[in-house]
Amino acid sequence: MDLKELYQDIILEHGKNPRNFGKCIGFNHEAKGHNPLCGDQVQVYLKLNEKKNVEELTFEGSGCAISMASTSIMTELVKGKSFETAKKIVNEFLNMVKNGSQITTQDLNEDQKIKVMSLSGVKQYPMRVKCATLSWHTLVSALEGKNTDVNTEKVD
Amino acid sequence: MNIENIKSQFPIFSKKINGKPLVYLDSSNSSQKPISVINRLESFYKNEFSNIGRSIHSLSVNATNKFDETRMSVKNFINANSKDEIIFTKNATESINLIASTFGQQNIRRGDEILITELEHHSNYVPWHYLRESKGAIIKFAPINDDGDIIIGELEKLISSKTKIIAITHLSNVTGTIVPVKEIIDIAHKKNIPVLVDGCQSAPHLKIDVKDLDCDFYAISGHKVYGPTGVGILYGKKKWLEKLPPYIGGGGMISEVTKDKISYAPLPEKFEAGTMPTAEVVAFNESIKFMESIGIKNLVNHERELTNYALEKLKTINSVKIIGNPKNKAGVISFTIKGIHPHDIATILDEEGVAVRAGHHCCQILHQRLNLTASARASFGVYNNKEDVDVLCKAIENCRKVFDLK
Repeated sequence: MDLKELYQDIILEHGKNPRNFGKCIGFNHEAKGHNPLCGDQVQVYLKLNEKKNVEELTFEGSGCAISMASTSIMTELVKGKSFETAKKIVNEFLNMVKNGSQITTQDLNEDQKIKVMSLSGVKQYPMRVKCATLSWHTLVSALEGKNTDVNTEKVD
Repeated sequence: MNIENIKSQFPIFSKKINGKPLVYLDSSNSSQKPISVINRLESFYKNEFSNIGRSIHSLSVNATNKFDETRMSVKNFINANSKDEIIFTKNATESINLIASTFGQQNIRRGDEILITELEHHSNYVPWHYLRESKGAIIKFAPINDDGDIIIGELEKLISSKTKIIAITHLSNVTGTIVPVKEIIDIAHKKNIPVLVDGCQSAPHLKIDVKDLDCDFYAISGHKVYGPTGVGILYGKKKWLEKLPPYIGGGGMISEVTKDKISYAPLPEKFEAGTMPTAEVVAFNESIKFMESIGIKNLVNHERELTNYALEKLKTINSVKIIGNPKNKAGVISFTIKGIHPHDIATILDEEGVAVRAGHHCCQILHQRLNLTASARASFGVYNNKEDVDVLCKAIENCRKVFDLK
C-alpha cells in the first residue's frame, strides 16, 4: 500500500477546492446521504430536463478528502450526461472502487477517465471505500427520485 | 515501574503493522491483552472447560469455583460490599441496558425525568431513550463548558421532583474529563435520587471504590481493562438488585418453575440467564491480577505523566487543536488538524503503524455541542510510553506533509 496512491494530487486538490459546491438553481431532484460511522453527510442537487439529461449537478456537505474529492469529481463527470449514461458511469465507478475493475465506458473522455481512476486507490483501504461511494449512491437516489436517505450501512 | 517490561507482556507488540512497530493508541476503544490473560483462556479451554453451575461432575465444580473466584476478585477490585453485588454481563453497554430496562420498568412513569450529561457515550443515552419512547420519560442533559467539564451548578438546577435517576460517565472517552462523580452522587442522594455511573473508561485508568463513591450502580467493560471481550460487569447496591425485576429470562436465573408460577434465583444468578462467557470470565481474573501487579497508583502516575508529555508536544505542532481542557484529565486526547479530516488523519497515521480512532467516538451529542462532526483520538493504555508519543507526533507531521499544510 502506498499513501501516494490514495492521496494523489488530483484528490487533494479536489478535496481542498471541491467543484460544483452549493445548491444549483432550479434543481428538481435531491437526495441526502449519511455515513453513520463517521458522521459524514452529503446532499446532492440535480436538475433533470425534459429529455432526462443531467443539466445541473451540485452538492453540499462535509467529509474527508476522499469523500469531498469523490463527490467533486462525480459532479464534473456526470453533469451533461443522460439519465442512462449517468447510471452507467455510477456503476462503473462502484465496480472500480469495490472490485478493482477498469473504467471502459465510451461516455467519458481520456481526461475524465484519468480523473475518476485517481480514486481507484481506495480499493486498498476497505475502511475508506464508503467515504468514496457515499455521494455516488446518493446521486442514484436523486436520479431515481427515491426520496429516501442513503445510509452507507444499508447499501452494498 | 519498568514500562518496557510491561510492553513485553503483550504479544501483539512484537507484530509489525504496515511494516512498522505497532503504536497502539486506541485503548479507549479496547485494550490489548497481556499474555497471562491469553494463556488463561487457552488453558481453560484445553484443560478445564465445562459449563458452570449445572452439573455435579468435577470439571463443572472446578469451572464454577474459578468463575466465582473472578467474581470475588472483581468485588475486591472495586471495593463492593458483597460478591452478590457483582453481576456479569456482556459489556458495560449491557450493564446499563439492564438497569435502564429493569429500573425503568419498575420506577419510570410518563413525565418522569432521567438526567444524563452532554459527555455521555451513546451507550449511556440510547438505553434511556428507550424509556423515553416506551414510557414517555423525559431525558435532560446536564451541560458542559467549553473545557469539557460538567457545570455542576447547572446539573443541580436540572434536578426536579420528577428526576428518578441520574446516569453519568466517570471519564469521558472524548475529552478525557474525569468527572467529579462523588460530588454529583452526594447532590443526588440528598434528594434520594439513585445514580448510575458509566465506568467504562475509568475502570482501566482510575482507582474504583464503589463504597467510597456510594454510587447505586457502576458499569464496566472487561475488554477495556486488559480482559477478554464478552465480559462486562454491573455493580449494584444489594438493596437495588434485590428489588429490581430480572432482565433476561432463561436457565440459571430461576429458583422454581411450575406451569403457573416462576420464582427467581437469588443474587447474583437472578441476572445471569443462560450460559455465561465462562472462559472469558475465568480469564478476566488474570486481568485484575495484572492491574494489581502494576499497582493502580503506579498506573495512574504513569498515564498522567504520559498525558502531560503528549499534551505539551502536541501543542507545539501547528494547526493541531486539542478538544477540551478539563480540570482533571486522563489519557484520552482527541484532536483535530485544521485542513485535514480525522478519517484522513487515521489512514495516514495507520501507514506509520499508529492506531488511533477517528469519528464521533459514539458521542454525537458531545461533538454537536463542540461544533465538530468528527475528531481523531489518541488514547493510552499502561503499555504506552513517551516513544509512542514521539512516533505519533512524527506521524502527524507526515499528515501535514501529505496534505501540504504550511
